[in-house]
Amino acid sequence: MKEYKTINKIAGPLIFVEKTEPVGFGELVTITLPDGSVKRGQVLDTSKEVVVVQVFEGTRGIDSSSTVRFTGDIVRLPCSKDMLGRVLSGSGDPIDGGPKIVPEERREIIGAAINPYARQYPREFIQTGISAIDGMNTLVRGQKLPIFSGSGLPHNDIALQIARQAKVRGGGEEFAVIFAAMGITHEEAYQFMKDFERTGALERAVVFLNLADDPAIERILTPRMALTAAEFLAYEYDLHVLVILTDMTNYCEALREMSAAREEVPGRRGYPGYMYTDLATIYERAGRIRGRKGTITQFPILTMPGDDITHPIPDLTGYITEGQIVLSRELHAKGIYPPIDVLPSLSRLMKEGIGEGMTRDDHVQWNDQMYAAYAEGVDLRGLVAIVGEEALSERDRKFLRFADEFEKRFVQQGKYEDRDIEYTLDLGWELLAMLPESELTKIEKKYIEKYHPAYKKKGETKVEAAEAAA
Amino acid sequence: MEVKTAGKVGEVYRVSGPLVVAEGISPRMYDVCYVGEEGLMGEVVGIVGNKTLVQVYEDTSGIKPGDRVENTGMPLSVELGPGLIKSFYDGVQRPLPALKEASGDFISRGIHVPGLDRNQKWDFKPIVKKGDKIKGGDIIGIVQESELVEHKILAPPKLGERTITEIYDGSFTVEDTIAVLDDGTELKMYHKWPVREARPYQEKLPPVIPLITGQRILDTMFPVAKGGTAAIPGPFGSGKTVTQHQLAKWSDARIVVYIGCGERGNEMTEVLEEFPELIDPRSGKPLMERTVLIANTSNMPVAAREASVYTGITIAEYFRDMGYDVSIMADSTSRWAEAMREISGRLEEMPGEEGYPAYLASRIAEFYERAGRVKTLCGEVGSVTVVGAVSPPGGDFSEPVTQNTLRIVKVFWALDAKLAARRHFPAINWLQSYSLYVDTLKEWYEQNVAPDWGELRRWAMEVLQEEANLQEIVQLVGSDALPESQRVLLEVARLIREVFLQQYAYHPVDSYCSPQKQYDLLKAIKTLNDWFYKALDQGKLIDEILEVPGKEEFARAKFEENYKAAMEEAMNKIKSALLGE
Ligand SMILES: Nc1ncnc2c1ncn2[C@@H]1O[C@H](COP(=O)(O)OP(=O)(O)OP(=O)(O)O)[C@@H](O)[C@H]1O
Ligand SMILES: [Mg+2]
Repeated sequence: MKEYKTINKIAGPLIFVEKTEPVGFGELVTITLPDGSVKRGQVLDTSKEVVVVQVFEGTRGIDSSSTVRFTGDIVRLPCSKDMLGRVLSGSGDPIDGGPKIVPEERREIIGAAINPYARQYPREFIQTGISAIDGMNTLVRGQKLPIFSGSGLPHNDIALQIARQAKVRGGGEEFAVIFAAMGITHEEAYQFMKDFERTGALERAVVFLNLADDPAIERILTPRMALTAAEFLAYEYDLHVLVILTDMTNYCEALREMSAAREEVPGRRGYPGYMYTDLATIYERAGRIRGRKGTITQFPILTMPGDDITHPIPDLTGYITEGQIVLSRELHAKGIYPPIDVLPSLSRLMKEGIGEGMTRDDHVQWNDQMYAAYAEGVDLRGLVAIVGEEALSERDRKFLRFADEFEKRFVQQGKYEDRDIEYTLDLGWELLAMLPESELTKIEKKYIEKYHPAYKKKGETKVEAAEAAA
Repeated sequence: MEVKTAGKVGEVYRVSGPLVVAEGISPRMYDVCYVGEEGLMGEVVGIVGNKTLVQVYEDTSGIKPGDRVENTGMPLSVELGPGLIKSFYDGVQRPLPALKEASGDFISRGIHVPGLDRNQKWDFKPIVKKGDKIKGGDIIGIVQESELVEHKILAPPKLGERTITEIYDGSFTVEDTIAVLDDGTELKMYHKWPVREARPYQEKLPPVIPLITGQRILDTMFPVAKGGTAAIPGPFGSGKTVTQHQLAKWSDARIVVYIGCGERGNEMTEVLEEFPELIDPRSGKPLMERTVLIANTSNMPVAAREASVYTGITIAEYFRDMGYDVSIMADSTSRWAEAMREISGRLEEMPGEEGYPAYLASRIAEFYERAGRVKTLCGEVGSVTVVGAVSPPGGDFSEPVTQNTLRIVKVFWALDAKLAARRHFPAINWLQSYSLYVDTLKEWYEQNVAPDWGELRRWAMEVLQEEANLQEIVQLVGSDALPESQRVLLEVARLIREVFLQQYAYHPVDSYCSPQKQYDLLKAIKTLNDWFYKALDQGKLIDEILEVPGKEEFARAKFEENYKAAMEEAMNKIKSALLGE
């Protein structure tokens, strides 16, 4: 075992160790402080002269008399099916007072890249019960679909609602949930934990908690720990795993802090130039693999600094993920939950997951029409602000009302309201029926005749049935 | 694979991510080295005193000072010969299916697999005979590689003039000797070529033939020539990849090389699952039969990403040298530039704009310069058309990669987030985009499609431009306040946008639109335009014109297999309502 007391420099989260035997790049390091406490780190740069180590728990308390031990191994997570139901720290140690996890396997946390040839294209519809997602930006199993939020917006409620309600229809199997918190507050964490406990979801969840007052550098480990657990459960136990990573903005801040400490040439707004690649090694761990039953679906959450979607964190994320769900402060101010702005939102994988046999035959054209109509209504609002509603034609006024109703009835729903896809589609049809039929140019006649309320007997749609029952 | 020891063996001095500093070897720039016991592949990117800087194409975890470094003395090269078509490679030409066989679903390190299958036999038919003189770049024989590709076996470009003393007809592997020359040189069906060196040709020819893509806004509005260059910049989710996939599917190139450079794994899977099912509209054969795929996804090692565009363009040039029209898509060149930036940062080079190395502009220019329509060494005419996606941070086109690219390419397809948010696809902004080939290609279109192609295109662009001007007024007063003729113009512009420009990539019929159909659609809109104005002159009320029955059917006609009949029916309906004829 190689042990040294040759720290010659400490800078931010980094320590520089001299006169070592050859040390491997990426090696796991333990540092024993004079008071006997132990911290962990990882080798970032190694040469014959000096070894640079990033310390996950922060360098507070480390001095030149601390002992540095190079383990010859890389960072691993002890994995076991018994992780389900457990609460772990951001670096994978149990913090729920329960027993140690007896590992079936100690997996490297830097996951090797999935060979693109081994992937299978995701196409199984996940019903979240949220209309703005299921109808407009459908999620499929194995997708990575982030929520772009802002501070103070209810992204946590949405994430919880999805974790509660997500199901593959006819599949019967429930999702295992991996929840990785990075730098969120105790209060937020409490909200998640309480909900998990109350709904019994904790039994099929693994929670990794790095809270706001935990060491920032540990956040670099947390999502990787979480995804390692997810891969273990998905690929060794054939589970469908839903991974919630919140808040990726805090992760990126930790990355920036590291980079600054290394005195690297900063990229845009001080974030390191390799942030795209770094984020990709997290997000690309979602997916399906041919011949394997388990899948990994990712729901990363991030708060856009200053609500700016062009900020490097949402920007680089959007360049990697398969779409995004964008929350709007304006909708939130109008009292609409979930405040999902469907226009900048996108699910790139929905085209393969919707339509006949998956959701419903009219879904594709319905989606096109709903988008076109809502976009037109939103555009007209700009005009109304200038010329007043009276200046609008009758037709334009209908689109304006459509946009309002779209937000108030379609997007808006309860936190515990679990709408099935037929309900969502029928609700959309009710709104489309506000427009002249000749305006429904994106939908073929056969679907109009099949689903348009004007062609239906009273009480035939799911919406009416639900209203009658209520 | 056996690792040849052409150069000296040294050892690792330092490891920093993908950058390894070695001592004790004396290589040339761009020599390939093998690092550590597993023999991780890398390339020399710098020499400082007695230290050699090596960018390593694989994850360097566990590599430590003192580990062995071996210099092969050979630059990074690709293998060029039968077996390229339908291949699926990583950034340094390792076949991904073979990697899967070797290491399972996840890519592990230190696996050496040659680019071309050593066991597969090909039927080689010589076209030269004993006693013939040949020189570099000459075609010496033919292999039917796939249903769509006749692979011409080329003499290595740098070969001097030689006489053939033996040549064999029959079934061979790529390692077998197929010909012997008077100096004793044995030729095989493949040769190697260093990826960073452009392959030679006799001369460049002007690009005068369009690359037909089947995409209306591209072919009619902003065409690219065979042998030309185009860039498609746009923010995330605006349609770079979908457009590139459309080009890979439908463009009338003989060979397509598609590079997924630092992008998503699933997008490559999509191509792999979809292309074998898709039928080439011209030959009736599966599209995969002419395609070479290269994937270095965002989570794969960054140095190999940097190499992937060179691997791709070298393969493209090789097929060009057989006299084929090749098109190559690189999605995304920004990831390539970022890989350069990352390596440069680790080399502690002086950063230029936004941390990119000072040589960014010249690297981009060199890459696009490898495009072109050429007379090949063997006298054939071939071309390489390069289409690069650009992913500007925040969608801001003023950033260095977009700007340096626009300085060199001739066609600019500007993607627009606003159009994408409204689901106007392809979300290519018609006011911002341009093609510098419009004038040179006009002649081809007028000879092969319709004599008034240029005039019609000019008219449509004019209407769209005028619409943009009017929109500013509409935003202030509403469209009802405009004079009637201008309201007609807005309606015609809407038809151009929705019927002509919009083209849904996933629609079974509309995904590909022949040049003739493009012309017919636009011509029909022009005809409607004329009728609208005529009806207005004859005193028809503006509302009657704008709400004339038959327009929805007209808009849907493009989705019909027999679009002409559907269009005609709709137009008759419109005509009788408008003009009573
Ligand atoms: N021509 C088209 N027809 C239909 N849909 C399209 C078209 N172009 C783009 N889209 C839609 O836009 C989405 C995003 O497109 P695409 O994946 O090509 O974006 P991108 O510019 O490559 O983004 P990124 O930079 O993140 O890779 C697609 O998933 C698809 O839904
Ligand atoms: Mg893309």
